[in-house]
Amino acid sequence: MVLAIELDPIHLFNWDPLLFEGTPFELNRVSILTLLGAALCIGFFLYGAAKKSLVPKGAGNIAETMYMFVREKIAIDVIGPKDGPKFAGYLASVFFFILFMNILAIVPGINFAPTSRMAIPFMMAILTYLIFNIVGIVKQGPLGYLKGTLFPPGAPKWVYILLTPIEFFSVFIVRPLTLMVRLLANMMAGHVLLTIFFLFTHDFLVTNLGPAAPLGLVTIVVAAALMMLELLVIGMQAYIFTMLTAFYIAESVHGHGAEDHIDADHEHAGEHKETPHVTEGIAA
Amino acid sequence: MTHEILQLAQAGGGVTDDGLKSLAHGLVYGMAAIGPGIGIGLVFASAIEAMARQPETAGETRTTMFIGFALIEALALIGFVLAFIL
Repeated sequence: MVLAIELDPIHLFNWDPLLFEGTPFELNRVSILTLLGAALCIGFFLYGAAKKSLVPKGAGNIAETMYMFVREKIAIDVIGPKDGPKFAGYLASVFFFILFMNILAIVPGINFAPTSRMAIPFMMAILTYLIFNIVGIVKQGPLGYLKGTLFPPGAPKWVYILLTPIEFFSVFIVRPLTLMVRLLANMMAGHVLLTIFFLFTHDFLVTNLGPAAPLGLVTIVVAAALMMLELLVIGMQAYIFTMLTAFYIAESVHGHGAEDHIDADHEHAGEHKETPHVTEGIAA
Repeated sequence: MTHEILQLAQAGGGVTDDGLKSLAHGLVYGMAAIGPGIGIGLVFASAIEAMARQPETAGETRTTMFIGFALIEALALIGFVLAFIL
C-alpha cells in the first residue's frame, strides 16, 4: 500500500448518497450524522429536564450546570445582566449544537464531525450574522446602527477616511467569514490529523507488518494523545463560537465600544469593591 | 513504507507546475500563520498576566481577550482560505 494514494483528501469528507437517492431529501453519512447529533443534543436535554427537582441529580445536574455556564459566563458576562438572559437561549443552542456535532469527531466508529463540512458552520455563521445585524437595527435604528458601526465615536475626523472602510470590511465581511472558517478549519484539521495517524498505525501493524512494527506502537500512542487534544479543541471551538456570537450581539445591543456599557452594568450591580483593591495593590 | 515514499518521490522527477502549486499551498498557509501565531501568543500572555494581577476583572479581561484573539486569528484564517482557493 502506498499511503499517498490511499489518502485522497476528498474521500475523507465526501460520501456517496445512502438513502432517498435523487430526491431533495437525499441523505449521506454527513447528513445522517448531523441528524444524529441534533437528536442526541435534544434527547440529552429532554432527559435532563424530565425529572424536575430542586436539587437535580445525574443527567439533570449535568444539563443544568452546562446551561448555567452558558447563561452566566457567556450571556450575562458579555451582554450584560439586563439583555443577557434574552439571548441565553440562542447562545445555549449554538453552544450545545456545535458541541454535540464536534464530539462525534472522537466517538469510535463514527470519527467524523459534521462541522468539518462547510454546510453547518456556514448556516450557523449566517444565523449569527442575521441576528447581530437585526438586533443592531432594532436597538439603535438603521441609521444609528450604521453610524455607530462605521463611524465609531472618539476618533479624529480625518481618521475616518481609513477607519470606515476597515470597519465595514471587518464587521460585515470578515466577521461571518472567520466565524465559519475558524470552526471548519479546526475540525477539518483534527479529522485529517487523526486519520493520518490511524492510517499510519494500520499500515505499520496490519498491512505491512514487519520490522517497522514498533513504529506502529508509537503512532497509535500519538493518535490516542491527539484524540485528547481533539477533545480540548472540540470544547474550545464551541466556546469561542458562542463567545464571539455573544460579543457581536453585545456590540449591537450597546453600540460600538460595548466595554463601557458592560462597566456601567457592573457598577449598577454594585461591584464597587475594585477601588480599594487597586489602592492596596499600589500601596503594596 | 518509507522506502515506497522515497520511490514515489523519485518517480516524479523534476519541477512540475503541480509540484510548485502544492509548495505554494503549503507556504501560503505557513507564512500566513507566523504573524497571527506571535500575536495570539502575546494576547493570551497579556490576558493571563492581567487576570493574575486583577482576578476581580477576569470576566472583562476574558471578553476583551477573545475579541483580540478573533481579530488576529482572522488573518490566519484568510491565509487558510487563500491556500484552498489558490
